[in-house]
Amino acid sequence: MTNKIFQLETLACPACAAKVESAVKKTKGVKEAEVLFNSSRVKFSFDESVVDTNTIKERIEKLGYKVLSEK
Amino acid sequence: MLKLSKSQRVLISGILVAISFILKISIGMHIVTSIFMILAAIIAGYPILRNAIAAIRYGIVGIDALVSIAVIGAVSIGEYWEAAAVTFLFMFGDYLESRTIDKTRSSIKALLDLAPDSARVMRDGAEIEVSPDEVIKGDLVIVRPGEKIPVDGIITDGNAYINQAAITGESIPVNRTVDDDVFSGGILESGYLIIHAEKVGDDTTFARILQLVEEAQDKKAHTQKFLEKFSKYYTPAIIILALLVFIITRDLVLSLTLLVISCPGALVISTPVSIVAGIGNGAKHGVLVKGGEIMEKLGKIKVLAFDKTGTLTVGKPAVTKIKTYGIDENELLRISAIGEGYSEHPLARAVISRAEQSLGEINRRPDNADIIAGHGLKFELDGSIYFIGNRKLMNENSIDIENQEDYIKSEEEKGQTVIIVADESKVIGIISIADVVRNDAKNLIAKLKHLGIKKIIMLTGDNERAAKAISNQLGIDEYHAELLPEGKVEVLNSFADKYGISAMVGDGVNDAPALASADLGIAIGGAGTDVAMETADVVLMSDEIRMLSHAIGLSRATVRNMRQNIVFALLVAGILLTGVLFKTVNLSFGMLVHELSVLLVIVNAVRLLRYGERKNRRNIAN
Repeated sequence: MTNKIFQLETLACPACAAKVESAVKKTKGVKEAEVLFNSSRVKFSFDESVVDTNTIKERIEKLGYKVLSEK
Repeated sequence: MLKLSKSQRVLISGILVAISFILKISIGMHIVTSIFMILAAIIAGYPILRNAIAAIRYGIVGIDALVSIAVIGAVSIGEYWEAAAVTFLFMFGDYLESRTIDKTRSSIKALLDLAPDSARVMRDGAEIEVSPDEVIKGDLVIVRPGEKIPVDGIITDGNAYINQAAITGESIPVNRTVDDDVFSGGILESGYLIIHAEKVGDDTTFARILQLVEEAQDKKAHTQKFLEKFSKYYTPAIIILALLVFIITRDLVLSLTLLVISCPGALVISTPVSIVAGIGNGAKHGVLVKGGEIMEKLGKIKVLAFDKTGTLTVGKPAVTKIKTYGIDENELLRISAIGEGYSEHPLARAVISRAEQSLGEINRRPDNADIIAGHGLKFELDGSIYFIGNRKLMNENSIDIENQEDYIKSEEEKGQTVIIVADESKVIGIISIADVVRNDAKNLIAKLKHLGIKKIIMLTGDNERAAKAISNQLGIDEYHAELLPEGKVEVLNSFADKYGISAMVGDGVNDAPALASADLGIAIGGAGTDVAMETADVVLMSDEIRMLSHAIGLSRATVRNMRQNIVFALLVAGILLTGVLFKTVNLSFGMLVHELSVLLVIVNAVRLLRYGERKNRRNIAN
């Protein structure tokens, strides 16, 4: 399991946060995901043998939210 | 058309909606009117539909999907005005929300902007500019006026006035000179400093504050957790209701209106916006509240326990009173300071610093000195013999203190430590020394009582007499003296059982167990003490204990703000729901009210950012 944090562009509504959270959670290989609404961050842990960060990043960006940085 | 920015899109669709509205009331539902309406709906609706489709691909049905379906439904039955108005309102609301919600986060952003961005260090004898992350522990860092201090460290050379607002929330500059500690994030108002770097990069106090504030803003409050559970049931309930309405009435537009309007937007946002604004306000004032739950609890404290030394008092003994017998006060101070120069007792430091305050630096050494452990000292100066110490020293050297005994006793009753100064035959002066009470402490205790804290107690390891004196002076309800750290925990727990939520206020040095075991641990003077910053729930960054009443007031204001938001959001949702069911509220009007309610909730939270400002201004005027 690897932990990662994405910094997203400012999230304006909790509905956006909920959307991103469930999109990340529903990704195969992602174990846990939490969106921090006020700081506009996504915290998640995933299995690197199943999925890589780029796939997760793509999923979020397809929803219309830019990933600014990761750590 | 697809490359429009959000604000352009809002503007263009807004103009189109306005034109079509004018056309609608002037020429009626002409074909031209319809074209304008459809254009507006397409421009505003495109991103909504795009987001809806993206989300549906992941199996998420969001508000944008509902709006999209409702708008398509409206267009298919020829309700072009509804389609245009709803898409525009939704986009416009979304746009305004993101602008205003940024406001609630503005104090935290402002804090981030205070981070130092460059540093000058000495390398190989030359001064070079590097990024603050590249400074190495042990480097000598140079800071000039207008620049930010990039590291935590000790001044090795120079003297400056520093604005430490980033750390303590206090913007009045403080003077710092050689051997003083300085913190990263401070701004040099004037002067010049060379600093020996002790902590750099992410280890600096400022970096840790930022990190703690960032973590705190997303730690959910109880209310928020409750609301999230609530909306878990609420949303499916609305879907079932909408389905029922459709089955009974066969009215698609009505059912969709119901779905769109009852989205709990204002409700879900009601608590996080208040919490982030409250925490931001605290951060701006040097009060670090670690999360929503703590913010809620802080206002409900019933028992407040203070540590004495370093919390209610400054933590350094100082001369509080001097009485002389047939000698000039300055002369007494001079003689005492010269003698005490030989001693390393903490009380000696107090006498010397008081003497230097009146007379300037004292370099003279006693000619001959002798320390008598536990009693004091005896020394010679200019051919005379002097004694400085306690009663025992006087008795052993047959100096009569009978005439002074009453005065000494009365001073001791007040919690003072008394040192007697005598020449060969008689007492020439009595110096009272005590750990001085912080000048804002008395006022704070009075304010806390006014705020309705049931019991204010003091827990100290110090002796009974000193505890009693300070407790009386400050108007504390009860004190417990001569406690070991574990003892403080026991006493605190017994009070918590009796009165309710307890908080311990300490400097985090010898009261860490009590800070940790209280319902709320509040650390004072947190800047620079890592243990306090990590273990406490609330950290007052500066030494100004009066900020505690700001913190409690802020907590109550935040909780009040949250409640206002929740009640308002529930009321609006209830009224809209009834309105829709009775067909008095249509889609576009419902959307307008819904978006307005979300905005109002955010604007209400923004008010919290200004909490305490008016009050502070008045304090300064006084």
